[in-house]
Amino acid sequence: MQDGTQFVGRLRGELGLGRRVLTDPAQLAVFGSDALTAFHERPLAVVLAEDADEVVEIVRLCHRHRVPFVARGSGTSLSGGSLPVADGIVIALNRLDRVVSIDAAERTAVVEAGVVNLDVSRVAAAHSLEYAPDPSSQSVCTIGGNIAFNSGGAHCLRHGMTANHILGLEVVLPDGEVVQLGGRSRTTTGPDLVGIFCGSEGLFGIALRATVRLLPVAEATHTALAVFDDLRQAGDAVAQIVAAGLLPVAMEIMDALAIEAAEASVRPNYPHGGAVLLVESEGERAVVEREARQVEELLRAAGSREIRGTDDTEERALIWKGRKSAFSAVGWLAPDYIVQDGVVPRTRLGEALAAIERLSEETGIRVANVFHAGDGNLHPLILFDGSEDGALERAEELAASILDLCVSLGGSITGEHGVGMEKRAFLERMFGPEDLAFMHRLRESVDPDALANPGKMLIGATA
Amino acid sequence: MIAAVGSVAELRDVLGDADRVLPVAGGTKAGLSRAGADGVTTLDLGAMSGITAYDPAELTVTARAGTPIAEIEAELGRHGQCMPFDPLLTGAGATIGGTVAAGLSGPGACGHGTVRDFVIGVTILDGGGREIAAGGRVVKNAAGFDLPKLMVGSAGRLGVMTEVCCKVFPRPQATATLAFECGSTAAAVKLAARLARGPVTLDALELDPPARLLARVAGPTHLLDARARRLAAEADADSAPVDDEAGLWEGLVELDWAPADTGLVAAGVTLGDVARLEERLGTSAVDRHYSLGPGLALIAWPEGDLAGLAAILTDLGLAGIVVIGTSGETPLIGAGQAGNAFGRRVRTALDPGRRFLELWP
Repeated sequence: MQDGTQFVGRLRGELGLGRRVLTDPAQLAVFGSDALTAFHERPLAVVLAEDADEVVEIVRLCHRHRVPFVARGSGTSLSGGSLPVADGIVIALNRLDRVVSIDAAERTAVVEAGVVNLDVSRVAAAHSLEYAPDPSSQSVCTIGGNIAFNSGGAHCLRHGMTANHILGLEVVLPDGEVVQLGGRSRTTTGPDLVGIFCGSEGLFGIALRATVRLLPVAEATHTALAVFDDLRQAGDAVAQIVAAGLLPVAMEIMDALAIEAAEASVRPNYPHGGAVLLVESEGERAVVEREARQVEELLRAAGSREIRGTDDTEERALIWKGRKSAFSAVGWLAPDYIVQDGVVPRTRLGEALAAIERLSEETGIRVANVFHAGDGNLHPLILFDGSEDGALERAEELAASILDLCVSLGGSITGEHGVGMEKRAFLERMFGPEDLAFMHRLRESVDPDALANPGKMLIGATA
Repeated sequence: MIAAVGSVAELRDVLGDADRVLPVAGGTKAGLSRAGADGVTTLDLGAMSGITAYDPAELTVTARAGTPIAEIEAELGRHGQCMPFDPLLTGAGATIGGTVAAGLSGPGACGHGTVRDFVIGVTILDGGGREIAAGGRVVKNAAGFDLPKLMVGSAGRLGVMTEVCCKVFPRPQATATLAFECGSTAAAVKLAARLARGPVTLDALELDPPARLLARVAGPTHLLDARARRLAAEADADSAPVDDEAGLWEGLVELDWAPADTGLVAAGVTLGDVARLEERLGTSAVDRHYSLGPGLALIAWPEGDLAGLAAILTDLGLAGIVVIGTSGETPLIGAGQAGNAFGRRVRTALDPGRRFLELWP
């Protein structure tokens, strides 16, 4: 690694990036954290790239001078995935925001890495198509970040995660070589390289553009909001819907504290109760109508005392606003929070929730629960006041206990937020030494100099 | 040389002694399980069979790599569930490991996703005989690199799968199939694009070339007739319900249309590619079929004479894999044959000593 000032000079001079290389401390401060604000790091510089060619040139320069780099979209990572590296640069991709093309007949779009998730669906809407993955941050998060962390969302219960919707990728590898992975078809011959690139947390390089799959906008959508006296009842209702052979597009649960937070902030007008369960059905009108009736019967049988069903777009939007803003809404309940996204087998959801409740009581720390119930993906929001001595540490201990619980029940430490900075130490609780050694070998083989987003996911010399 | 292995320990022993290896199980895709060179030990995983975990309420199933799909489907069927991507050659004895390794999906991928969308966990032995587990048994999991997906299409050239965990789905109550006579390939492709965009959700969409389109809807029995009528009304082509539905789809899954004495090449295609391929193949005597859901062209090309087809695929920018028949050391032909730097680096991590057969020259 050479002197930082000299490298900044090269970015400005050799690559002609001039004023798009930010080094002023006030400007850098904005990029110091992502959505996981517990971590903060000041990078050497932030480079605002204009296009894919420029990104490739920047990566090549980084490789030549062994300067680490972190690609960043909107910085919404909840695991610290886009945290800067102290002696490295941040490559901001937000200006790579073109939807390059849409092919309505093939139901595909080619988009640049910095395109905002929701903008893909906005553009596709003209063709009655949509991009299915819908992380809660979809109005700001970018496709590049979604790819790096294989983002999920409420509707991945039926539609799958980001990786399931990416057909092809143009990628710049950590040494500046550009490769094309996958293609335009849903079938690729040869190993699924797109599949393993998705969710690699930036450790294999930077996705520059992607060919994504679009789905027809469903003819009908029905959302049922059911109130239960307690969480376990709501969890049982989910199990019964699955057992009945139904396949809703989304099943989401919020507990009393999460409901309270949502009501305090965006006022979705949720009924009061111990838990609400959202079940959304989507598809052909006749099929949706039938599924909605079945779901309602099952919800009632499971003990729901109030069910609101709606086909109205605005009403649905408000219901989902309450759900999707739940994280920020807990700001109304406590100054700080930690969110985890561990997964448990869906049949053990009730057990997991009871255990979290016990842990919360034992530690005296309030936990609000919002989760993707259909696929067992928990989102416990651990509330604390960072100004209190040791409060953060106590909250982190509780978070760790919850992740241990998920692993011991046969689940995962993360369903959709990724390992990032936050859960690096937990990977070894889920995987054995051989499994981890392989991950290190793979990283080292793709990026022997450990330049691409170092320090994320893996801990160690070459991480 | 063929070595039959019945356990991970045996597999590791054989792997340690052998120079170069190729894992096979059901052997239904002969082009992928053909050693092709001297000094290659064929690892027969047929005895590494059996479901190891299945909880219907979880909608996941875990099985040893050599487990026949038919056995898994039978068990799933008892609980009203299925592997909705209709794995190919099930009746012929295809296994779960072979299905993942081939990376090919059947007609049902149209409505529910291809094999890559269903594989959530794998255990493999790498070229050094190290046992590596990745993914898991929960349907949503973002921890660590997605090795399960990498195994899809790896053709036994990156690792030996010993166990696979898959998502499964509820089996639809019933299905109905319509056949559309479109008059020309161009008209069929145009209609396919229109039908695939709704409003009737398709469970399968196939082109029996040159111009016969097959569309399947699935779901609650009492809604099927009305949905099929609605689908027919969407089209400007003549359509008729297919009477022997079960026979039709079984035939397509078993590739009955392909002559027994030819090879078989599969290529990933878009609708546009289908039209372009038909322009090239339409006048030939080569049997072929297009599975539009997974985007798959299946071409029964004369065995041992691949150069002509390889040239056509390369021309059209398409990558193919020789499922049945004799290729060079790699089963890949056409535009994808060269591979790329990322793939090669991934291979180096899994198989630095090059014990597995070549994927990319």
